[in-house]
Amino acid sequence: MKAENAIELRNISKRFGKVVANDHINLSVRSGEILAILGENGSGKTTLMNMISGIYYPDEGQIFVHGEEVTIRSPKDAFPLGIGMIHQHFKLVDVLTAAENIVLGLSGPTRLDITAVATRISKLAAKYGFDIDPFKKIYEMSVSEKQTVEIVKMLYRGANILILDEPTAVLTPQETDALFAVLRNMRDAGKAIIIITHKLNEVLALSDRVAVLRRGKYVGAVQTADATVESLTEMMVGSKVTLDIDRPDPVDPQVRLVMKDVTCVDPEGVITLNHASFTAYGGEILGIAGVAGSGQKELLESIAGLTPKESGEIEYYPPNSETMDITGLSAVEISRLGIKLSFVPEDRLGMGLVGAMDMTDNMMIRSYRKGGFFWADRRAPKTLAEHIIGTLEIVTPGVSTPVGKLSGGNVQKVLVGREIASAPTVLMVAYPVRGLDINSAYTIYSLLNVQKMRGVAVLCVGEDLDVLLALCDRILVLCGGRVTGVVDARTATKEQIGLMMTQSGKGGER
Amino acid sequence: MPAIITFLQNAIRQGICILFGANGEILTEKSGNLNLGVPGMMYMGGIAGLAAAFMYERGTQTPNPSVGFLLALIAALVAGGLGGLVYSVLTISLRANQNVSGLALTTFGVGLGNFFGGSLSKLAGGVGQISTAATASAFRLTLPVLRDIPVVGDVLFSYGLLTYIAIAVSVVMSWYLNRTRQGLCLRAVGENPATADAAGINVSLYKYLATVIGGAICGLGGLYFVMEYSGGTWTNNGFGDRGWLAVALVIFARWRPLNAVWGSLLFGALYILYLYIPGLGRSTQEIFKMLPYVVTIIVLILTSLRKKKEDQPPESLGQHYFREER
Repeated sequence: MKAENAIELRNISKRFGKVVANDHINLSVRSGEILAILGENGSGKTTLMNMISGIYYPDEGQIFVHGEEVTIRSPKDAFPLGIGMIHQHFKLVDVLTAAENIVLGLSGPTRLDITAVATRISKLAAKYGFDIDPFKKIYEMSVSEKQTVEIVKMLYRGANILILDEPTAVLTPQETDALFAVLRNMRDAGKAIIIITHKLNEVLALSDRVAVLRRGKYVGAVQTADATVESLTEMMVGSKVTLDIDRPDPVDPQVRLVMKDVTCVDPEGVITLNHASFTAYGGEILGIAGVAGSGQKELLESIAGLTPKESGEIEYYPPNSETMDITGLSAVEISRLGIKLSFVPEDRLGMGLVGAMDMTDNMMIRSYRKGGFFWADRRAPKTLAEHIIGTLEIVTPGVSTPVGKLSGGNVQKVLVGREIASAPTVLMVAYPVRGLDINSAYTIYSLLNVQKMRGVAVLCVGEDLDVLLALCDRILVLCGGRVTGVVDARTATKEQIGLMMTQSGKGGER
Repeated sequence: MPAIITFLQNAIRQGICILFGANGEILTEKSGNLNLGVPGMMYMGGIAGLAAAFMYERGTQTPNPSVGFLLALIAALVAGGLGGLVYSVLTISLRANQNVSGLALTTFGVGLGNFFGGSLSKLAGGVGQISTAATASAFRLTLPVLRDIPVVGDVLFSYGLLTYIAIAVSVVMSWYLNRTRQGLCLRAVGENPATADAAGINVSLYKYLATVIGGAICGLGGLYFVMEYSGGTWTNNGFGDRGWLAVALVIFARWRPLNAVWGSLLFGALYILYLYIPGLGRSTQEIFKMLPYVVTIIVLILTSLRKKKEDQPPESLGQHYFREER
């Protein structure tokens, strides 16, 4: 039998507003093959797969399943084609059992014979080597058990093309091995498997072929046997892009903040920050790189006193004053010391600003404690809002316009501007230019540089390595909650950082 | 002994109206819709049933009780269902706030009931003159032989057909929710609509149907009150707080229709307990009328403390679902 393409994509494009998420992508996967799709965050991997599974509809291009052109408008269209996608966020109903979740939405006799369903599940499990209890409720399950339910759900529905979005992100190494064994069994049974990932070692261990995406574009595909960590990293990060970002030399760098051996554990018991230690200096910008969810948020929040720390301590060296231990202080006390956090989350407004309130009120969120006993002081925040509009060139009809109505770039300027206005000594920003156009991004860069020249210790979590390399003085790299190294941004290369982000390289410790 | 029998009978008579409301609301809430329009839909069902019977009996020389019964039943179902439909359009299609829409529906339904109640009184020739004797007699008809058994007949078989329909609805709903494919889909919609959507379930359709049918069941509660309980007449604002008690019973029953059956008996008993406590004045009565709500609060506290997932409301209750929102 000729090896046929289970799925073939031709010239697929998808835009979200002005952003091109996928730009004329051609891709194919055969039955009995594991294809890894590799790329950095925001390279368009998930978007592409969402178009195969019916979550998004492509703006351009054709999709062929087993050689026939198909139109997939919703997940409902994808099932009959045998396409099943396992998302990063599991689509399971917590209070139902595994069997109930698996059979959910399937047609059949009115009366639901759950015992028969469970028997079929056990048969499937035996065939591919899963470990699953059909009668266990989802909320009693571990992450890896839930993932198993998702995969079995797809197989139960007769899927022969399986797409897994970063399946190992939440698994322990042992669970990962078990998953890989199952995936190999499924490949050998003739199923086409696509796995989205940014972990190079897993790509090499599991896949037959690798396709690489970068910034929404298809870079190429190679046989895994012919690939190495180095060659894949190069394809993934691409050649260095020269950005004309101004980078003044640090003035008189002084130790400002020292994190010692800090570990954070989230409510689910997952270690989000693993014995992290580093030093931040006043008058420099310390970049923080890592794939999404490597502990960046926890790193900043543990400094700001928002995330509880399991162990470790944080020391603060105020300018011209005594060193102090800020490990156990509350967020308010830390903020009062001049350590300011400006976090721009994915939805921008989620943390830090209230969309329905105007600029004055949003300034007041930070200053309301300064008001009188009962009456809030609106005059000072209003002056501040007007000042920020003026200096940061925020485009808005006026201070009384709800912040949510402003464009993304302007919202971010409000957010960063407010934190800067409080004359911080440590300024932490996360994704400050996320979703911004070039000009707004450059405004934010120069704002950060101004703070740096004032002697502020700037911590900047970023996604774009080119920007971090051009803007920062040093770059700290996180991988899976660990600090894998700190490099000098003036001499480091993208490949070097890329390898540290994927845990397969060594960085220079400073 | 006879005192206990009357007490039980009265408790059941109080409870059935609440049970209908609770059943309707459980079905609605299982789809993730928190419809606080229960009192409104009860009024709508009650007045529609009454109006249908009244018009029929007015227009016929010798009204046939069975025809009146059927007409009133259909009118109440349709009116209650319409209430649910209004709510569905507002919250599912237009994505209006569920709490506000539900409360508005209550205000609307109570007003509608009182308005047409007044109109009917005028037609009948004055307040309290509405009479639908033939239809009401059909609603109050009891089983001939079983009714005559001493004690057992008094306690179990001294009620009209609607009482047994209410219990049947609970049993059927319980079976539907827990044993059928569609019931599973409905629960999934209420728990996690995004997951249900991804599984190919038509979320809006399930929400619409559950809410409209739930509304129709609430409408039967109103019909029961007007026909079997009041004997086919209308008093403005006569329903008291039965609608809200139904909402409280949903929480008390922890969203399980079978729990609602005995819960309704308990609520009914607590609701009339003050009549059986000697020496209560007008003001002290009210403390006893509070009891059903007090039990509900206790149940809420206990279930919150136990943190058992199965005892919690459907997870997406009160939130509307829109696929492209993220």
